[in-house]
Amino acid sequence: MELQGGGGPELDLAEDLTLAADDRREHLVVVGNGMAGCRAVEELLARDGARYRVTIFGAEPHVNYNRIMLSPVLAGEKAFDDIIINDRAWYADNGIDLIVDDPVMAIDRAAKIVTSKAGRVVGYDRLLIATGSDPFIIPVPGKDLPGVISFRDMKDVDAMLAAAEAGKADGGGHAVVIGGGLLGLEAAHGLTLRGMKVTVIHLMPTLMERQLDEAAGWLLKTALEGRGQTILTGADTAEIYGEGKVEGVRLKDGRDIPASLVVMAVGIRPSVALAREAGLDVGRGIKVDDHMVTSDPHVLAVGECVEHDGNVYGLVAPLWDMCRSLADGLTDRHSGYRGSVTSTKLKVAGLDVFSAGDFSGGDGCEDIVLRDAARGVYKRVVVKEGRIIGAVLYGDTGDGGWYFDLLKREEDVSDIRDFLIFGQSYASGGGQADPKAAVAALSDDAEICGCNGVSKGQVVASIQGGACTLDALRAGCKASASCGSCTGLVETLLAITLGDEYSGERATRTMCKCTSFGHDDVRREIVAQGMKSIPEVMHRLHWSTPDGCASCRPALNYYLLCSWPGEYQDDQRSRFVNERLHANIQKDGTYSVVPRMWGGLTNPRELRAIADVVEKYDAPMVKVTGGQRLDIFGIKKEDLPAVWADLNAAGMVSGHAYGKSLRTVKTCVGSEWCRFGTQDSTGLGVKAERMSWGSWMPHKFKIAVSGCPRNCAEATIKDFGIVCVDSGYELHVGGNGGIHVRVTDLLCKVATEREALDYCGAFIQLYREEARYLERTAPWIDRVGVDYVKQRVVEDQVGREALLRRFLYSQSFSQDDPWAERVAGAHAELHQHIAEVRPMEIA
Amino acid sequence: MIGNWLDIGPVDQITPGNARTLPVMGGEEIAIFRTLGGEFHALVNKCPHKHGPLSQGIVHGGVVTCPLHNWNISLKTGEALGEDKGCVPVIPLKVDAGRIFLLRSAVMGQMAA
Repeated sequence: MELQGGGGPELDLAEDLTLAADDRREHLVVVGNGMAGCRAVEELLARDGARYRVTIFGAEPHVNYNRIMLSPVLAGEKAFDDIIINDRAWYADNGIDLIVDDPVMAIDRAAKIVTSKAGRVVGYDRLLIATGSDPFIIPVPGKDLPGVISFRDMKDVDAMLAAAEAGKADGGGHAVVIGGGLLGLEAAHGLTLRGMKVTVIHLMPTLMERQLDEAAGWLLKTALEGRGQTILTGADTAEIYGEGKVEGVRLKDGRDIPASLVVMAVGIRPSVALAREAGLDVGRGIKVDDHMVTSDPHVLAVGECVEHDGNVYGLVAPLWDMCRSLADGLTDRHSGYRGSVTSTKLKVAGLDVFSAGDFSGGDGCEDIVLRDAARGVYKRVVVKEGRIIGAVLYGDTGDGGWYFDLLKREEDVSDIRDFLIFGQSYASGGGQADPKAAVAALSDDAEICGCNGVSKGQVVASIQGGACTLDALRAGCKASASCGSCTGLVETLLAITLGDEYSGERATRTMCKCTSFGHDDVRREIVAQGMKSIPEVMHRLHWSTPDGCASCRPALNYYLLCSWPGEYQDDQRSRFVNERLHANIQKDGTYSVVPRMWGGLTNPRELRAIADVVEKYDAPMVKVTGGQRLDIFGIKKEDLPAVWADLNAAGMVSGHAYGKSLRTVKTCVGSEWCRFGTQDSTGLGVKAERMSWGSWMPHKFKIAVSGCPRNCAEATIKDFGIVCVDSGYELHVGGNGGIHVRVTDLLCKVATEREALDYCGAFIQLYREEARYLERTAPWIDRVGVDYVKQRVVEDQVGREALLRRFLYSQSFSQDDPWAERVAGAHAELHQHIAEVRPMEIA
Repeated sequence: MIGNWLDIGPVDQITPGNARTLPVMGGEEIAIFRTLGGEFHALVNKCPHKHGPLSQGIVHGGVVTCPLHNWNISLKTGEALGEDKGCVPVIPLKVDAGRIFLLRSAVMGQMAA
């Protein structure tokens, strides 16, 4: 049954009576269809869905919507449908009678009935008053003129939108907002976005003086003025004037501001008229006990209209606390409301502002302040007797939740006092922020979603209860369902709680299913946090698997190796078999062996040794590779060390034909022999190979040097290609002859061999440091752009020299022949069987 | 009882995260794994896909990734994980007094196969 405003009262009453006759449950009547009233019913239903028959009266013609979100509707960022909290289906599904557009006008406590404006008379067993608050209208002449409105409900938003629309005819129209608090500034921001010229009149010297201190208020004022608003502080309104409708505002100092719209947003007052007339005990608000019961045990009250323990609240977070206690009381659990410590985290006109607790200062209070003028950041934490009692943040509110958490828990912060102002990640010793660690460290009752009063514990419980996506959480526990400023936090909780089951909704691809971090994030954190082993990375970045997978282990091993040359202990178990056995596995499980032939040059001694190995180990095939060397096939893993020993004896070392590392340097014969050759391409190739062999890279890396533009060494499909010309050397990068053939980009031209080698080393190091694991230079350059590479390697001379230095330093640890180490007996177990089973032993 | 089990030798012959091979003359080679968590498992050293030597794969959790085409094989069940379908025989293994034992009949069964 749906009852709309305009339906005849007699008919409705008849239906009510029928229902009442059928339904013997206690009847709970809720006066107020707003955020508090509906939340109270939600909490009640969550505890016991069947205990009460529920009827809700609403004064507005709407279902319950999120009043906090009127600002985005005004600003055009959201539509009304987006801010609905409970749609009609919710009322229907839960058997709630909703009566909209019909305010309750009187309560008869003796008869236990309420009477509405339309004449409905409804009896109750329990009555819940959730009338919220009324905007405070300053008593100045002209306050009742058409065009003077408040900013409280959808009707006001519609009036503002109409004024903005009408103002478009004469260049936008003028609006005056009286009140420089949160509500007023939100109204001013929305009207500015809607094209109106806005003046904010604020009585106090500082904007939002109840939430912000003078410094933050000043920053806010400056920022808003930068957006075209006129902010008048210390301005007292004398009168609103106009003939038949508003035309302007006159200040007590005589200033006159023309306006076609005046928004009165100086504050709110608990809406207590109904309760007072019913004879309930009323102070500033309707007086309630810890279970939200008024002076009449059958009448409860909740939300902005109540006064609890001398306090009235105008923020949503306390309201949620009250609703929980109320529902507990109605279902005989009696937890009791103990008052709320409030914090305010808001976006004012897109600017982040946070405040909590007491920041008025005074005896025994110490201020810790951080100002970063360039970033427009101001942070102030007020400490008293070793505990945080207040905080004001402007511009960067990321640590607001942490400060608030410490404040509420009254935690002793003496030990971290020196670092407190730099935020949680720093004070916790994390150095550069690991956002996940910060969230993981929050206590269970830390507030995640301020709009809907959802704590970390509730979000996690919801996720564990099956809400595995952002949308599911928004629909369920309502975290991140309103202003969305906590979306990042909620996503992080999803990632922490679900681990690899949470694929993430962000655009960045994760490294693998073991983590929600992308490659770039992991690399950055390895360096920032100084992590030096795979288990440490997995631990500190919350890996969801005990020891990773075949994708992330090799990647982490490489990133660590690249980040900490000479320091990091290579993890063989995280190497793909080819890099572990220093040979290429073939489809039959045997290996192929490629000794290095520098620049493609060889000699009789090397050729003889290769021939001997082929015969001695009965290798079924020898092949000349595309990289100008010889590949010996069909070697068993147990024979590898012996094969290498023979090749080492002839002076040959591993060709790394198996590695994510420098493969070959292909050359043509160049000026030494070729009639077209312009430079000594063979000699340069050998030098390049001597410089870069043995280095581990994100993927395989091939170099070629051609002695003239005829390019016989095919340098323009190599990762680094050098084409010699008469006047010097053209350096090319990012070529690939694989599945997707990619011709190189010209990096630059240099005059000398020395420069060609230096640029080569710098380029390799940039690739080593910035490409993702298993990303060849071609897709890497497609991703970052060749201009970026040019900027780093060519234009930035100091940077280039630093890159080269880092490369050569790293090379000083990597140019040991891995074959020789194995021949000497290292990792012998990798090559030997553990035992053998022969038929005689089995029998 | 001991007669049913084949003594392969002390556990410290295999370091965590690695595998060793056990050739069986006239039968299938067996791969013995020690996970990073310290568990021991034995499988026929042949991926169900294209017979890649599983002993050479990367071991992570209770899984080995075949070096040829990255199939993930459960060390406990021998079954291919994820989208891939296939199974490799598991050789029952026990660790007793610091030594690794394989079930003799299962090792011999590989000979019959």
